[in-house]
Amino acid sequence: MTKVNYVEAGGTVHSVEAEAGITAMEAAVKNGVPGIDGDCGGAAACATCHVYVDPEWIAKTGPAGEGLEKSMLEFAEDVNEASRLACQITLSDALDGLVLRLPDRQH
Amino acid sequence: MTALASATTATSEAARLPLDRIDVSRPELYEHNIEGDYFRRLRREDPVHYCAESAYGPYWSITKYKDIMAVDTNHQVFSSEAGLGGIIIDDNIQKGSSEGSIDLPNFIAMDPPRHDEQRKAVSPIVAPANLARLEDVIRGRVARVLDSLPVGEEFDWVPAVSIELTTQMLATLFDFPFEERRKLTRWSDVTVAEPGGGIVDSWAQRTEELMECAGYFQKLWNDRVNADPGSDLISMLAHSPATRNMTAENYLGNVLLLIVGGNDTTRNSMSGGVLALDRNPKERAKLEANHGLIESMVPEIIRWQTPLAHMRRTALADAEIGGKTIRKGDKVVMWYVSGNRDETAIERPDDFIIDRERPRQHLSFGFGVHRCVGNRLAEMQLKILWEEILKRFSRVEVTGEPVRVRSNFVRGYASMPVRLHAR
Repeated sequence: MTKVNYVEAGGTVHSVEAEAGITAMEAAVKNGVPGIDGDCGGAAACATCHVYVDPEWIAKTGPAGEGLEKSMLEFAEDVNEASRLACQITLSDALDGLVLRLPDRQH
Repeated sequence: MTALASATTATSEAARLPLDRIDVSRPELYEHNIEGDYFRRLRREDPVHYCAESAYGPYWSITKYKDIMAVDTNHQVFSSEAGLGGIIIDDNIQKGSSEGSIDLPNFIAMDPPRHDEQRKAVSPIVAPANLARLEDVIRGRVARVLDSLPVGEEFDWVPAVSIELTTQMLATLFDFPFEERRKLTRWSDVTVAEPGGGIVDSWAQRTEELMECAGYFQKLWNDRVNADPGSDLISMLAHSPATRNMTAENYLGNVLLLIVGGNDTTRNSMSGGVLALDRNPKERAKLEANHGLIESMVPEIIRWQTPLAHMRRTALADAEIGGKTIRKGDKVVMWYVSGNRDETAIERPDDFIIDRERPRQHLSFGFGVHRCVGNRLAEMQLKILWEEILKRFSRVEVTGEPVRVRSNFVRGYASMPVRLHAR
């Protein structure tokens, strides 16, 4: 199991135990973490699972992928170099303890 | 012919026609609400279907959810460019070179990178902070409109509520002279009209009306460009580096895109939700017992209605979709109205269910870089409308058959008789 900590814009933390192999979007949706919508079901095609990867973790998750993930992030709000689509982060043992910060609202 | 007899005939025609003669672009299918039988057959027997002859020339139909997703997210191969025909099955609506039409470049009918620049110039209007600011304005207006309606008497819901509210919303977004707001409704209708469909009689008439619209918006631009930057859409376009130097045609194109995008769509979801609830008493009871279900009902209304039946692309290279080879230059139509009824992607897709687990997994907003920029605004408008309806009325009863629009693009209602029941 991989522990993921989702931190709401207001500071509330949701810690979730998820099986390795699923994505950070799926883990959030399955566990009812508010603020991650995942409208497209994981195709990097709606940008409603925008998260900021905590600076300590960005080296392990890597930056946003070239192609659709980057294109879709272009249209999200307040994007920076730590921005990712959670549906493109596949959980693994290496990401145990991952910290993802949520934007104000998905859009 | 009675509605029942007509529906029976359609079912048998949809089942009987040889596959290669099925043409789902015929606008009358949508006017009579019988397109579903044809799409059900295509999804089962030939989900990526080639129609060699139609009023719009040859085209491919993409009918299944996952294939639509594959086309929609592959903008490198499936182009939206206006010069190739744009995003509607009818080339004439957008392709400037066609006789009798006018060239109005707009970002939905562009590919990246130009699409991205122009879209980014307008997207702040629907950013979360701005939506929060708009919420009270919308609620106040919805309340005023609903309070003015007759209770216990039959009236037409479409002009009284759906058109009125979406038009008010547009006037607000554009900071358009409020008393003249019905001009926006007219221009929206004219923009997507083919001659003979009941809106305009000829391409010349359409062009003439759009030129009047151009003049009106040019004046608004001139006012805004000389004033300090404001938070309305025209001011945003006039001051953004990405859009302030665009041609007059490009400006009008983007304005019309936003008018149509914010008008026909939400308007028909406002009417569609009334119809869906009226026809599903069990769902009505669920909602009555728990008003909190509005949250999941809103995306379900948008799926069930699918206010835009299709989006079109043009292949820039050979590509394989669902086992078929689409050739460079082919016209490809993604039928959202079919993907939203795909039984392999959505459980009980023909049913209106207000408490689905993942109600937002539908195609009505499209996916990929052209995904509807105003999707959260649309949801907010519908949410407020239903919250305010439920405060006042125990039921919005549909008292007769609605009249549907004769169009393969805008899937909606020309009129819908209703009677309000007081709470």
